[in-house]
Amino acid sequence: MAELGRAALVVSLSLSVYALVAGAAAAHLGRRRLAFSAQNALLAAFASTLVASAVLLSALLRNDFSFTYVARTTSEALPTAYTISAFWGGQEGSLLLWLLVLTGFAAAAVRLNRGWARDLIVWVVPVFGAVSTFFAFLLVAVANPFATQAAPGDGLGMTPSLQNPYMLAHPPLLYLGYVGLTVPFAFAIGALISGRTDERWLVATRRWTLVAWTALGIGQLLGAHWAYEEVGWGGYYAWDPVENAALMPWLAATAFLHSVMIQEKRGMLRVWNILLVLLAFSLSLFGTFLTRSGVVNSIHSFTQSSIGPWFLAFIGVVVTVSLALVFWRLPKLRSPTKLESVVSREAAFLYNNLLLLALCLTIFWGVVYPLLSEAVRGEAVVLGREYYDFFLRIFGLPLLLLMGIGPLIAWRRASLRSLLTTFRWPTGAAVVTGLVLLALGAGSSVPGLIAYTFAAFVITTIALEFARGTRARKALGATSWPGAFSSLISRNRRRYGGYVVHAAIVLLAIGIAGSSAFDTVAEAKLTRGQSMEIGDYRLEYRTLDERIAANATEIRAELAVSRGGRDLGTLEAGKNAYTIEEQVSNEVGIRSDPLTGEDLFVIAEQIDPDGAVYFRVFVKPLVNLIWIAGLVFLLGSLITLWPDAREQRRLVERAREIGVPATR
Amino acid sequence: MTLALVLAALLAVACVVVVALPFLRDPEPVSDTLDELDAGDRRRLELVEARDRALAALKELEFDHRTGTASDDDYRALVGPLRREAASSLQDLERDGAAHPAVGVEEKGRPTGERTS
Repeated sequence: MAELGRAALVVSLSLSVYALVAGAAAAHLGRRRLAFSAQNALLAAFASTLVASAVLLSALLRNDFSFTYVARTTSEALPTAYTISAFWGGQEGSLLLWLLVLTGFAAAAVRLNRGWARDLIVWVVPVFGAVSTFFAFLLVAVANPFATQAAPGDGLGMTPSLQNPYMLAHPPLLYLGYVGLTVPFAFAIGALISGRTDERWLVATRRWTLVAWTALGIGQLLGAHWAYEEVGWGGYYAWDPVENAALMPWLAATAFLHSVMIQEKRGMLRVWNILLVLLAFSLSLFGTFLTRSGVVNSIHSFTQSSIGPWFLAFIGVVVTVSLALVFWRLPKLRSPTKLESVVSREAAFLYNNLLLLALCLTIFWGVVYPLLSEAVRGEAVVLGREYYDFFLRIFGLPLLLLMGIGPLIAWRRASLRSLLTTFRWPTGAAVVTGLVLLALGAGSSVPGLIAYTFAAFVITTIALEFARGTRARKALGATSWPGAFSSLISRNRRRYGGYVVHAAIVLLAIGIAGSSAFDTVAEAKLTRGQSMEIGDYRLEYRTLDERIAANATEIRAELAVSRGGRDLGTLEAGKNAYTIEEQVSNEVGIRSDPLTGEDLFVIAEQIDPDGAVYFRVFVKPLVNLIWIAGLVFLLGSLITLWPDAREQRRLVERAREIGVPATR
Repeated sequence: MTLALVLAALLAVACVVVVALPFLRDPEPVSDTLDELDAGDRRRLELVEARDRALAALKELEFDHRTGTASDDDYRALVGPLRREAASSLQDLERDGAAHPAVGVEEKGRPTGERTS
């Protein structure tokens, strides 16, 4: 069936080229049937890529080792779930998933918007065609997943660290995020080429950007949890280049989601918004390049491959063409209004944007610096954790505070008297929190203390916004308090969903500050019966067991845990020896306290033949708030994404007013 | 191998049919021109967007005043210019409507994208 897969990819490539060429010709010449034909080509490209994906998935599930890709990424002993995850576990398969999601998103975005923004859509189709042509070409000519060989007896298996349930969701979510950013990019480029720089490209892409941003955010959190549990070094984010590769487009998209509101409400920042969309997409391509080219050494990256120069060339083309288009359309992008005051909500959004962008570019510099230093001086100089942590504090802490300040300031301008009134309660809460924490000894970490103080400010602001908004809705005629609360959210999902997302970021900040600024670590080599202490925990090493699992030999040290003399049960930490892959992984032991959010984290660093174990133990206060933040983030995103009937009616009415059909 | 090639050929043919569908369904259209916004439509769209922005800003200010985010003084200072802005955008739209009377979709005779013959 490899022939079917190969043929399906060639068909996808042909259809993508057709969507690009016929779409551009139709838009330029104003040909209706050719435009529809190009749109259909995107849909057919999705169907064809789906066939190719089905062929690969079927080969994986059948353990058909005549497929080189299947033999390289799986083995007979690999559990079925991980066999499925091998689809995106290797270079070629993950590129196929890219193309599948891309063509699916392209077909859906065109179909959903072609009714009310038809003159814009005809220019969007060739952009989608161009991007999918690039990925389909890579799959056909550079990294084909359907290469075949004489089937070996068994496959090479999967890298042990990838044999984790988080790997079932983490990579696909990141791809949804990366690829999802193609939608706003395609609409922005379509708007620039066609000169339709009105609000419609923003309205058409707002939800797509939110979907991509949510997927990227959740994907990164799952990746962090995977690193925490599976990589076994005691942390969850190492500022690894490939981790940063996902963070950078997320930061750019976050900036866009904020600044887009200024354009919608004030008609300002038109050039800025287009540039942010272009930046987010370019960074998503850059991230994909980093993961696949082999230019950086990372636990998350694929092996060295010939794909890098292709990606670099494509990024170069994307950036050059995009900037040329922006420059060409500058006269059409001039804003009709200007910032009235530096103390206004739009100004707060602007400061937020500048900080997000500064953080994003700082991380970008940290990622490219080793590459540049190697190219110039012949020696790769890596910017370490201190560099990133410093700028995270410099830009991240003011960002945290701005999340609380923005909602307290009115649009256009606010007087000092008004500010004194609205800032009263959040400032009071922040000061009290700071003083109490200082009295409790949290002054050992100044950034941590500042983070908690700012977090208290933001949480109070959010609570006040919900309380005052509900009270206002009740005064406007809601029959009950729950009714007023529900009406508040449903009438402005973006605003109040956004506040829920802000609450998630606060939880994240508290979790990060607690687990990094106030954590403790202890190390000891223990023989059976010996014990060690960390904080008020006591751990006694009891037994060392060896057991055989489906695809690995598991060695586990059992520790009895007590706290303040109270027995807390046992904890296991050890190593897995993967027979086929010939690799060993750390399997950490974690005991979470659901009440305090604290983790006791145990690594069995070294297991000697005589049974002695070298343990490294961490106590990480509040670390579980990071994972809870993920759930709150998802809730806020869902509230914001939920379809808004009022907005739909407004769009239909607007289209009717200018005399074009709104839906078809 | 043969089955795979037959399936591949079927896939290619099906894709060609899907791509050719607009031409197959509408071989001799009355018009094959795209329904684009003309200069008047685009000007009107910009005016409608400006009006919606002004009205939304007024609504937001009213709500911010009710919740206490905008003080009485700020409200009084902002509401006047915002009302004038909204009124001006409504007048612009009316003037444009009078100078260029709106024409219904059917009256404009734009091809709708569905079969026209």
